[in-house]
Amino acid sequence: MSYREGSVVAYFLQQLVNGVTLGSVYGLIALGYTMVYGIIGMINFAHGEIYMIGAFVAVIGFTLFAGVPLVLALLLVLILATLVTGFYGWTLERVAYRPLRGSFRLAPLIAAIGMSIFLQNYVQLAQGARIKPVPPKIEGGLTLLVQEGFAARVSYLQICILLLTLLLMAALTWMIHGTSFGRQQRACEQDKVMAALLGVNVDRTISMTFVTGAILAAVAGVLVTLYYGVVDFFIGFLAGVKAFTAAVLGGIGSIPGAMVGGLLIGLIEAFWAGYFSTEWKDVAAFSILVIVLIFRPSGIFGRPEVEKV
Amino acid sequence: MSDSASQSAGASGASPTGASPAGGMRSGGGGERQVLSAFPPLDIPAIIRELAFTTLIASALVFPLLTLRTVDSVEGLYIESRWMVSFMAVALVVAGRLGLILLRYGKMIYAAVGGVVAILAAFFLPVPSLFEVILVAGGAILALRALVDLFLVVRQISPSARAEFRDRGGVWVRRVLPWAAGLAVVFAIVLPFMPFSSRYLIDVGVLILTYVLLGWGLNIIVGYAGLLDLGYVAFYAVGAYSYALLAYYFDFSFWICLPLAGLLSASFGLLLGFPVLRLRGDYFAIVTLGFGEIIRLILINWFRFTNGPDGISSIPRPSFFGIAEFARKPKSDLPSFHETFGLAFSSEHRLIFLYYLVLVLAALVAAFTLRVRNLPLGRAWEALREDDVASASLGISRTSIKLAAFGISATWGGIAGSFFATRQGFISPESFTFIESAIILSIVVLGGMGSLTGIACAAVLLIGLPEVFRELVEYRMVTFGGGLVLIMIWRPRGLLSFREPSIRLLDRRGRLRFAVAGRGVGESLCAGATGGATGDTTSGATSDTTSGATSEATSGTTGGVGR
Repeated sequence: MSYREGSVVAYFLQQLVNGVTLGSVYGLIALGYTMVYGIIGMINFAHGEIYMIGAFVAVIGFTLFAGVPLVLALLLVLILATLVTGFYGWTLERVAYRPLRGSFRLAPLIAAIGMSIFLQNYVQLAQGARIKPVPPKIEGGLTLLVQEGFAARVSYLQICILLLTLLLMAALTWMIHGTSFGRQQRACEQDKVMAALLGVNVDRTISMTFVTGAILAAVAGVLVTLYYGVVDFFIGFLAGVKAFTAAVLGGIGSIPGAMVGGLLIGLIEAFWAGYFSTEWKDVAAFSILVIVLIFRPSGIFGRPEVEKV
Repeated sequence: MSDSASQSAGASGASPTGASPAGGMRSGGGGERQVLSAFPPLDIPAIIRELAFTTLIASALVFPLLTLRTVDSVEGLYIESRWMVSFMAVALVVAGRLGLILLRYGKMIYAAVGGVVAILAAFFLPVPSLFEVILVAGGAILALRALVDLFLVVRQISPSARAEFRDRGGVWVRRVLPWAAGLAVVFAIVLPFMPFSSRYLIDVGVLILTYVLLGWGLNIIVGYAGLLDLGYVAFYAVGAYSYALLAYYFDFSFWICLPLAGLLSASFGLLLGFPVLRLRGDYFAIVTLGFGEIIRLILINWFRFTNGPDGISSIPRPSFFGIAEFARKPKSDLPSFHETFGLAFSSEHRLIFLYYLVLVLAALVAAFTLRVRNLPLGRAWEALREDDVASASLGISRTSIKLAAFGISATWGGIAGSFFATRQGFISPESFTFIESAIILSIVVLGGMGSLTGIACAAVLLIGLPEVFRELVEYRMVTFGGGLVLIMIWRPRGLLSFREPSIRLLDRRGRLRFAVAGRGVGESLCAGATGGATGDTTSGATSDTTSGATSEATSGTTGGVGR
């Protein structure tokens, strides 16, 4: 993909398409960070590993269902991945967060780092350290614009990712605003003690928040497996940091913020890689994280926190 | 399903025996002398439901990831299934759960027998070595806990008496600890000249001491200032690269570079520290993580300056204080060490020199840390750690005090880094990943944040043990991760952090007493601690864990607490 004088618009369009695809995946992961932060005020450091586990289950699933028709295989893999990572999300909360709710401030973060290292190395031990290649499943695409020999294309897979992300985000919005679980979750977010007094099962709501986040991350993992075609046990770290950056950028705790933040991070990464250099794109992501945290820790949609004694 | 979920939720955290600190904390509140015999009646259906639920969860965690291993081949991936191992893993989890249930219902004898059976099974059943270790360790823990519980029930010991006992144990440990530490130092000094010492042993010693140095350096910021630095490896990298690059470009010697590396790291720490220090705990942690990664990525990508991922090789080894060089035929104009001192040439000389070098550096950090704890700066750190807002309201400048911690911590990191560079002779960005930060952090956390002896023990445990159990070395990181979680749950203040409660309401014989441990609790810097301590008096709790957080702040005044 080279950058030529005559194909400015097409090149721009291509980066836009790539950025939006990437951004929607980051947005899906960022939702998990933001929901957990919203409800218990903690950074779920191991969330990136949950996404990695989703990707690995996808690799296993696609290998397992190699003979099955594509649509059915995709459906089966999605179900398997969400199921397994849902259990992982539940266990993560149960093991590393619930026992530490009354502990000192940094305890859950340290436990989550431990959990992240544990899961990473568990997967490495169970599945091997080598990169797992997955042959492309959904091929072909549409050409949007041809300019001086440069064709801006959107592949069917990219359309698929966008549609699925939109669908999930719509479902999540409905779940938060239209179901009783969403109501309970919002209640816990505002005041856990009061919610408990009014008969909300706070423990279960927190658990289910983790499970919801894990399911979204699992879908992101499946999509990324399809998109990049390679998975290894270390992908969770970088993706986790980027998604966390997205969540902070959008304003941590805010669900639309996570989606917008994800899109922004995806676009910045795609344009950075497209116009500057691929090597420095991770530096760019980390720099954004640092800059946002220092200068605007409340993000775009977040409210500034007031320190109370 | 949700019913049994919430039941299993209560299982491991709050066992009625209060064997874990968390349990002790819960039962200790209020200070009433409840007698430990209130075990719930045996509820078989609930137990079966709980076990079934555990089986379901464990199978879901194990099934695709462990059972179905994807393997590369020419035609692409294929699946290799490992049902036996998966079945054993699930069985282990369920057995462990059953052990906890037995303890919860007060069936201690069954639990103890189960523990012994698990240990025996490890020896007689053909299981992989990892499962053997888990079986032995788990069985031993289960049996021990069961026996302790049994003892408590038979002797009718109440939780508060138990906490008292633990306090006394803590006092004893604290009394013995300085002696043990002294012995350890003597042992470390004579180690290279012991008859059993070998090249390998000294090499491992150098490695462990490097991590002790790093742990003590990180301890200043994590243990004293209470800021979680996830990017400590950045300072380590800056130190290592500043020595390597100064030697490479300007031919500087190690002895000039060692303080320079410290200074460079410190200024770097101050530079980074300045913008991030106003962030709250977890944001601070993430930003330091970001900085650590940025440094590593710059080292990788700035190819012309740092040689990128290939790293820098043939970094010069240190000379003997600029007097002599450790080589058979020195390349520089310095004489060789063995000729200068009239010894026969041995390649071990350099290794032993490195060993003493890192030992002296570690001793420097220790001396510095112990001294600074008793200075206003050290007390201000501890006060800030306990309560940010309260200390600020007492006139402590939050930014400058935290910045000092950041800078000093960075200095030691940089010095450790330049030692690492000269020991290895080769460095690359590979050595400075986040995992390295996490290892140093787990040493500090395991040892007990703020406890020098604890951190040294943890370094021996975490760095030395994998060297001993070579066949289990691939499980090292899994154990690190799991260990961090377990430490946070069971002993969040670290393995060796026994601390005297600041104020006791009742003395050992149960009489009312109002005594203050430590001489100068009234001093202004410890105001945060006194606030917490009065909270203790009202609740009357004598458990060491409840007051652990508050009494730590007074440790600056009491002197040898938790060293």
